[in-house]
Amino acid sequence: MKILVAVKRVIDYNVQVRVKEDNTGVVTDNVKMSTNPPDDNAIEEAVKIKESGKATEVVAVSVGEEKAQETVRKALAVGADRGILIKAEGILEPLAVSKLLHKIVEKEKPDLVFMGKQAIDDDCNQTGQMLSAMLNWPQATFASKIEIKDKKLEVTREIDEGLETIEINIPAIVTCDLRLNEPRYASLPNIMKAKKKPIEQLNASDLGVDTSPRIEQIKVEEPPKRKAGIKVKSVAELVQKLKNEAKVI
Amino acid sequence: MSVLLIAEHNNKELKPFTLNAVTAASQMDTDLHTVIIGNNCGDAAKKLSELPLVKKVIQVEAAHYENFVAENFAPVIVKLAESYSHIVCSANTFGKNLMPRIAASLDTSQVSDIIKVISSDTFLRPIYAGNAFATVKSKDPKKCITIRPTSFDPCESSGGSAPIEKAEPSEEFNSTKFLKREEIKSDRPELGTARVVVSGGRGMQSGDNFKLITSVADKLNAAIGASRAAVDAGYISNDHQVGQTGKVVVPDLYIAIGISGAIQHLAGMKESKVIVAINKDGEAPIFSVADYGLEADLFEAIPQFIEELNKLNTIQK
Repeated sequence: MKILVAVKRVIDYNVQVRVKEDNTGVVTDNVKMSTNPPDDNAIEEAVKIKESGKATEVVAVSVGEEKAQETVRKALAVGADRGILIKAEGILEPLAVSKLLHKIVEKEKPDLVFMGKQAIDDDCNQTGQMLSAMLNWPQATFASKIEIKDKKLEVTREIDEGLETIEINIPAIVTCDLRLNEPRYASLPNIMKAKKKPIEQLNASDLGVDTSPRIEQIKVEEPPKRKAGIKVKSVAELVQKLKNEAKVI
Repeated sequence: MSVLLIAEHNNKELKPFTLNAVTAASQMDTDLHTVIIGNNCGDAAKKLSELPLVKKVIQVEAAHYENFVAENFAPVIVKLAESYSHIVCSANTFGKNLMPRIAASLDTSQVSDIIKVISSDTFLRPIYAGNAFATVKSKDPKKCITIRPTSFDPCESSGGSAPIEKAEPSEEFNSTKFLKREEIKSDRPELGTARVVVSGGRGMQSGDNFKLITSVADKLNAAIGASRAAVDAGYISNDHQVGQTGKVVVPDLYIAIGISGAIQHLAGMKESKVIVAINKDGEAPIFSVADYGLEADLFEAIPQFIEELNKLNTIQK
């Protein structure tokens, strides 16, 4: 069984995101970039499945600028066998990314495609579901537990009401929640080994996909600032303020 | 132009956020129709027809719609979409799971999780977990939009009498089978929708000390939250995590106890209406977003806080 894992390069979750002064986007120059956190869970799960003997190959794929190669390389360092980078410039909407991934799925013919449930930059939460629609494959979104049972997967999904368990036939798409597993850190020897693993580079334009945005980003602004609050001197004062001023208790 | 809103329900009743979604959808165009897909969901359909903003209800029923599997729902909506300019749903796990499947089939670039309707094609949405707000204009002829329910008020729920039409179900998608749903039965309100959230951070020092958080939450009928630091330290399970990598909450009152206020935590709670911070470090970043800050040792302050709350005779439920 072959697992394709899609990973995205995003601003590190610990970085305070700043809006550009000209309101065209957020500052990305000289900002620490990392793998989208739930994509780390997706890679971890695929590698664990391979280690259990149920998968033979894990392929990591990313779409983006040249530097997204680092993100693919990181996936290789934690256990993916080889990588694919689809180079594309500018804003890529999930619809375009899904179309590109669709091309890769046609070429690679994986049994499973894993990715994070959502990217923490655009917060769209679309790509897995869109790819699944294009392939007419089953989808298991927000997965917190995956069990492989012959040619089926039993997946526990995180839903607003609690947990839901579904059974899906392979091939399938799974989008991973943070609770799925504990992503490992790459050891130094594995980082060195990853440097020798192959990364195939493709251009989005060569795949015959129109990636031009369908959504015009008119402006990006700072969210409204909160009014400065006050410091209270005692618990009694706090409770009085909450009751009489804020009227929330 | 007309708008098709996908109703969220449990086959018996409408989910409360459907009313918020109706408000949002009606701001895109007043010719608002709703579709309800389910199994024996007649009562919920009737409720939908009573919403004054709704002009028509389309009811689609089949056994395979019982459990809201997106692979079964999407084809029906894609077919109905022919007559509509906008397809709208709430951005909770139901809508997040379903809408992109519809959008991809319609070759539409979806606009997710909007918090404001600026015009019929232009919307405001948070990005970077609310650290920036983007104004976006959809150029697709058909728009697929999910809305953040807590950003819109619920619509009027009675007085309307929209006609209910039945539509043909689509075929069952055989590769996905629903097995079970385990709803978390708790006397506590759910973290995502609670009016009050009480959260603890690394300052709690141990899982055992989280009992203090529980006691405050009991007093205020609040949901319990936690910072990533508290979750990573193993003080509490990660379904309580508030932040960019956890849940985004917008309660009327958010009480952060022993939480320093890392960026990733602030992203999940800074839209709360009133924020209280209790922390012994007066320089902690959490105070920069707090309406009421109390610089104090939480192990002294919390028992006092509970005592003061006990003195109040009107605790809202």
